[in-house]
Amino acid sequence: MIIPHPLLGPRDAEEFVYLGDASLLDRPDWQEENADAAFFTYQYLRDNPAGTHRELWFHEQGDRSWLVVTRDTTTHDILTVEFASDVALAKAGSR
Amino acid sequence: MSYSGFRVIREALTGHKGWKPAWRDASPQSGYDIVIVGGGGHGLATAHYLAKVYKKTRIAVVEKGWIGGGNVGRNTTIIRANYLLPGNERFYKFSLDLWEGLEQDLNYNAMVSQRGIINLFHTDGQRDAYRRRGNAMILHGTDAELLDADAVRREAPFLDFENARFPIKGALMHRGGGTVRHDAVAWGYARSADRHGVDIIQNCEVTGFRIDDGKVTGLDTTRGFIGAKKVGVAVAGSSGRVMARAGLRLPIESHVLQAFVSEGLKPLIPGVITFGAGHFYVSQSDKGGLVFGGDIDGYNSYAQRGNLPVVEDVCEGGMAIMPMIGRVRLLRQWGGIMDMSMDGSPIIDQTPVEGLYFNGGWCYGGFKATPASGFTFAHLLATDQPHECATAFRFDRFETGLMIDEKGVGAQPNLH
Repeated sequence: MIIPHPLLGPRDAEEFVYLGDASLLDRPDWQEENADAAFFTYQYLRDNPAGTHRELWFHEQGDRSWLVVTRDTTTHDILTVEFASDVALAKAGSR
Repeated sequence: MSYSGFRVIREALTGHKGWKPAWRDASPQSGYDIVIVGGGGHGLATAHYLAKVYKKTRIAVVEKGWIGGGNVGRNTTIIRANYLLPGNERFYKFSLDLWEGLEQDLNYNAMVSQRGIINLFHTDGQRDAYRRRGNAMILHGTDAELLDADAVRREAPFLDFENARFPIKGALMHRGGGTVRHDAVAWGYARSADRHGVDIIQNCEVTGFRIDDGKVTGLDTTRGFIGAKKVGVAVAGSSGRVMARAGLRLPIESHVLQAFVSEGLKPLIPGVITFGAGHFYVSQSDKGGLVFGGDIDGYNSYAQRGNLPVVEDVCEGGMAIMPMIGRVRLLRQWGGIMDMSMDGSPIIDQTPVEGLYFNGGWCYGGFKATPASGFTFAHLLATDQPHECATAFRFDRFETGLMIDEKGVGAQPNLH
């Protein structure tokens, strides 16, 4: 797989480390009332879709940036790539 | 029709005209007591034990494609019971016991061959870890033997003992482990289940679950509605996709694992050998091909094919312990989809939906578990109680903290 890095252009997936579903960016608030249940869902349950999947990749052997890659799990086609920091900032701005 | 040596001779003398299909190609009836979703090894084994051991009737197995066309036909055929943690080891010991009597139970030659597994170690720390694992196995009644380098040399003289980076210091030998003809497992269970009255319905994809008041009442399929009092789902690899249709999210990610077969060679490797410093395991099939594999690719996938970096990594592992295979040509390579669970261990449990039962999360170790998985899942379906060997494989273990994490790497499925 070749991941089109937003700054560095096409990079081999070998340079990256895979973490998992991009929902891991949405960490629950530990002070909320049902924080234990929210953390269980956050930590362990996954949508695991066959099709479009948003996921976190870390460019460990490159610029060490975290990326949100949107990829089709049935074909391995990569649809979009964004910086995870941009995704998180956009989310924080909309709150 | 029972299979026997006598039968083979009789058919040989009469022109092989008496052989019949090993199972019926059943059409769905309007309703069943128990419907198993998934006609792979685990689903067919479940149907067999439900009918034969638990004396249940009105059972169907529904399969999207053809039986045995999924992971039971795509694995590296290894059976073993060399686990460390109690929740796992008693289950796999039970599975190995069932493997030993499988062919007599099914009246089918599954070519169960207990030729031993050698887990190599390369450091003093690994020796200690394997000694501990071996002791755990012996405590559960399984065999284990710690071999020093000379003993390994007697078993497999062709290994690279003096490798500068990963010298072989010894191995954990598990003589009860070995290989089984994987397709024959699916066919044998299918034939036996069919002979006990189970309907095996192929080309029948489940498109939805009918759930009324939190209780399952049947399945919508591509061959129409099938009523069911109980539904058991055993579709490891596609668990996320199927259970989403019942509205459930699972502690599972689907990943792709690749496996490889070389060209046929003369008898070379006595049993199964695993590399201790990388991920590589190899055995030799009865046709002579070296069957080997390594780690999963490491990203979510339903594609049944992987990428080249893992091919390279696996072959490097092979070259590190067996430089002699450097000139052997690779014949085939393929990928299968694994349910990678959050602690690396399976789930056999009831779901929040009444009458809906789940069997999955086998990671890349489902084949060896086939008989015990079928037996314990049948027990759960028949009695609503977990089998004593599978009490640890609960859904709620992630909430309660009772994970069975053999590798100790936490909730990171691609590291298990």
